Amino acid sequence: MNTLSHDNHGLRLFVRYLVLTLIAAIFVFPLVFMVMSSLKPSQQLLIDSGSLRAFLPVGDISLNNYTMAFDRAPVALFVANSLFITGTTVILSLFVCSLAGFSIAILSWRGKAFVLSAILATLTVPFETIAVPLLLMSSKLPWIGMDGLEVGWLNSYRVQIIPFIADGLTIFLFVQYFRDIPSDLVEAARAEGASWSQVYSKVLMPLSGPIIATAAILKFLVMYNQYLWPLMVVQEEGYRPVLVGLQYFFQLNTAWGEIMAYLSMITVPVLVFYLFLQRAFIASIASTGVKG
Amino acid sequence: MAQQKSLTQSNVSGWAFALPGFGLMVAFIILPFFFAIWFSLTNQRLISPNPPSFMGLSNYVDLLSIGTIVLEPERDATGAVIRDNAGDITYPRLRNFTRNNPDYPHLQGMREWFGWQTGPNDELRRVILAKDVVFMRALKNTFTFVIIVAPLQAGLALMLALLINQKLRGINVYRAIYFMPVVISIVVVAFLWRLIYDGNNGLLNNILGALSFGWFEPVDWLGQPSTALGSIIAMSIWQAVGFHMVIWLSGLQTISPTLYEAAELEGSSKWQTFRYVTWPGLRNTAVLILIVITMQAFGLFAQVDVMTNGGPLDSTQTIVFQAIERGYGKQDISGGSAISVILFLIVLSISMIQRYLTRERNT
Repeated sequence: MNTLSHDNHGLRLFVRYLVLTLIAAIFVFPLVFMVMSSLKPSQQLLIDSGSLRAFLPVGDISLNNYTMAFDRAPVALFVANSLFITGTTVILSLFVCSLAGFSIAILSWRGKAFVLSAILATLTVPFETIAVPLLLMSSKLPWIGMDGLEVGWLNSYRVQIIPFIADGLTIFLFVQYFRDIPSDLVEAARAEGASWSQVYSKVLMPLSGPIIATAAILKFLVMYNQYLWPLMVVQEEGYRPVLVGLQYFFQLNTAWGEIMAYLSMITVPVLVFYLFLQRAFIASIASTGVKG
Repeated sequence: MAQQKSLTQSNVSGWAFALPGFGLMVAFIILPFFFAIWFSLTNQRLISPNPPSFMGLSNYVDLLSIGTIVLEPERDATGAVIRDNAGDITYPRLRNFTRNNPDYPHLQGMREWFGWQTGPNDELRRVILAKDVVFMRALKNTFTFVIIVAPLQAGLALMLALLINQKLRGINVYRAIYFMPVVISIVVVAFLWRLIYDGNNGLLNNILGALSFGWFEPVDWLGQPSTALGSIIAMSIWQAVGFHMVIWLSGLQTISPTLYEAAELEGSSKWQTFRYVTWPGLRNTAVLILIVITMQAFGLFAQVDVMTNGGPLDSTQTIVFQAIERGYGKQDISGGSAISVILFLIVLSISMIQRYLTRERNT
């Protein structure tokens, strides 16, 4: 009787892992296909996708597609643009949104309830619904640059950075987090004569590691994956981010091998980053759901 | 309480700390939102020598006007229905009604959207016309997308979450894999799947062919109207289902283990446990997930832009694709803004309906 149930248990365990693994295969196969294809000549790539060879590094394997991708498009420039835009926005966003979150969660001031409800209301406005008027606004905004006053933000880094620094979700995450910090800490610091900026920088921010990680990851994913907005506001090569740069590979002839190499180059580093920090990534997505 | 309030009361510091963030949000989210409403009432263009003028609701009228007409078949002198060579009934041309016909002013400038046979012997033809047929198709496609994706993606994500919520060695590895597509841009995913869906040598056709021992005929998944939207739906779910699995998981973990222990003591079946313990505990999560998926699904754009460009035959046109095509492609800011406002009103009313339908009934 005992052995019977034990066998049964082993079988059920096997079935469970089998189901989990088959589902995992569904999520992994396009990515394996992408990386393997990036190593093959376009001709072989298309023939191989007729069989399991599509997922194996077999045949004429080389890094040729990668060198050809660099010849075809300024890949390094696009990657540098994306990293610069993403990095700057993430850092500025953490600073500006944590300040606002601190003010709303800790301080009492006239008009706070209105500001908080306006910030929460923006959560119901999808970016797609403001993209078109924002395009017109961006074409007319002034800017003081190297050559004095200029008009128009199109074809620049600032148009890809500044509109995305502050967002309702990030501020809200900080508000939630700061509210849970015991008020004794703040009161003690104030009693010792700390200014509000010192309370923010010396008391609250050092305790905010988890929420900073969460907010940074969410912002990183949004910014690195920007597509619609740069498509609209950047026509000059010099300011293009990685995803808009993809257009280069569809001019004249579509070379799938090079496309796969380019897609691998812009995706694999993010995947590696994710796999190292997967707990933090998953926790950050989960945190948008718990109280949201 | 009063003392605590005075301790943190500071109008100047409060505004000073909040202002950088709130100011940016006003400038780049709230202001453009009101501009969208204003532009949609004008004839604003991206670049124009003339100042814009106020147009009232005419942008909305152009987008949303629909009309209907019943066509009588053409008859010969004896009153018999005239049929063409193929045996189909012939009707007067629609343009007779829609172009400067003083008897049908409400149909002016409209085109056929769809129609069907009606009346005795199915001789009459009822035609639905729209001023902007492409936008009507975009509305229909977007609603189809949302109505299929929202329940399917939420349901699959819940099933995955229940699978991942088991206590098994190495379960975190599976969780990480299921979540992986979420960190990849939908644009990259769409390019990959373009190759997978390819009509000639696509991976999908070849896999289906192999599984059916060659019985399966290759399909040009993105190239024909009947399968293009479905293909985009399947790929979109593949990419995003891990996101909502994680939100379900965090909902599952808020359910107290003592409830499960009690259910086990009562000897309830797995289904009963799910029905009476798990599901009630997930109520708020379910509302949130439905609202999030609906909002994301109404924003459908990148997949269409990369994979089909709205085609074939407008079968994958969407609301946002139309808004961008006008506002950016044709530089018609007012038309694009009007579509944006319509989209916002749709999203707002649907999330309000969802909140109402899923409200707490026991309070």
